[in-house]
Amino acid sequence: MRLLVSLAVVSTVLSGTAAFAADTPAVAIKNHAFSPETLVLPAGKRIKLTIANADKTAEEFDSTDLHVEKMIAGGQTATVFIGPLEPGTYNFVGELHKATAYGTIVAK
Amino acid sequence: MIAALVVVFRESLEASLIVSIVMAASRGIEGRGRAIGFGLMAGLAGAALLAAFAGKISSMAGGMGNEYLKATALILAVIMIGWHHVWMGKHGSELTGQTRAVGKEVQEGVKPLSALAMICAIAVLREGSETVLFLYGIAAEGTAGGMLEGGLLGGAAATFLGILLYFGLLRIPMKHVFKITGLLLVLIAAGLSAQAASLLVQAGLLPSIGYDIWNTSKILPQDSALGLLLHVLVGYDDRPMGIQVVVYVATLAFILTPSFWVGGRQEDRTARSG
Repeated sequence: MRLLVSLAVVSTVLSGTAAFAADTPAVAIKNHAFSPETLVLPAGKRIKLTIANADKTAEEFDSTDLHVEKMIAGGQTATVFIGPLEPGTYNFVGELHKATAYGTIVAK
Repeated sequence: MIAALVVVFRESLEASLIVSIVMAASRGIEGRGRAIGFGLMAGLAGAALLAAFAGKISSMAGGMGNEYLKATALILAVIMIGWHHVWMGKHGSELTGQTRAVGKEVQEGVKPLSALAMICAIAVLREGSETVLFLYGIAAEGTAGGMLEGGLLGGAAATFLGILLYFGLLRIPMKHVFKITGLLLVLIAAGLSAQAASLLVQAGLLPSIGYDIWNTSKILPQDSALGLLLHVLVGYDDRPMGIQVVVYVATLAFILTPSFWVGGRQEDRTARSG
């Protein structure tokens, strides 16, 4: 388990830099952790966010800040609409693996 | 194990409370046990089916199949509650024994029972599919042991609370019980509508009309015991979107208004014939 977590951390760090360049905002779930863990998105716009679950197990993408709750079966990709956001930070978690799966959206 | 317990408890509490209110609301109707039992089994079977086809369903309608399906189920439950409310407005007094002549429709109890069974089925179906998916995920991970026990315990705890509520409602005198269960069901319906609206915002079909209309998450968090209970029973939301407030109020108005009409018309008729 500890190995999995450290792998997740490493993969998050590695993929974190690349994700900012993407046109459509997307996050991936792997080893019960999000990558990237921080997304910068435009404020005042409706945004389509894609979440790809690479784990075998289901995960619930959950954010009270973003008013979103979406169950994603293992190996599936899901989309949610969020916003328009006020500038600020919005937290999200993987409801089923809260200890390792969490992240933040920064609206600018 | 604790995580599984909490997740399953949260997911099944709503179904458990709704079923117990429906049980109390159908006192005196023959065959209610069978009808509600059938509703529960149908809900569970549907939940297993939904979980089995979760991948297919969620990839439908441009990835929003799940939201549309759930919102449709919720709206159907709201319509059933509205219909039950109108029906009780007409026949409630016959059930409480205030009217001696029990109508044929009440004795048969077919109409309200099918509506009530459907409300139970939808309540179970909705959160049930996610619970099944969650437990399946745990089993697939190979750590099923303690987690499965936790899940079962969570389900049992939610059922226990439902039974407590039912016996609490039973203590209410017959004269008032349908007024109270009726009001509870209408408030639940308004809450379910607001949840449907939230799903449709997530699916991109409805605008949010503002994120946190109020924020009482510090005073009464929705994931606290009382917050969760109020969320289920009256649709309490600690940080509602604008559209949720609009839909909540509109549902209350929509359900309560026709029953005033029906009640009024019936009184007119009685006055004229008598």
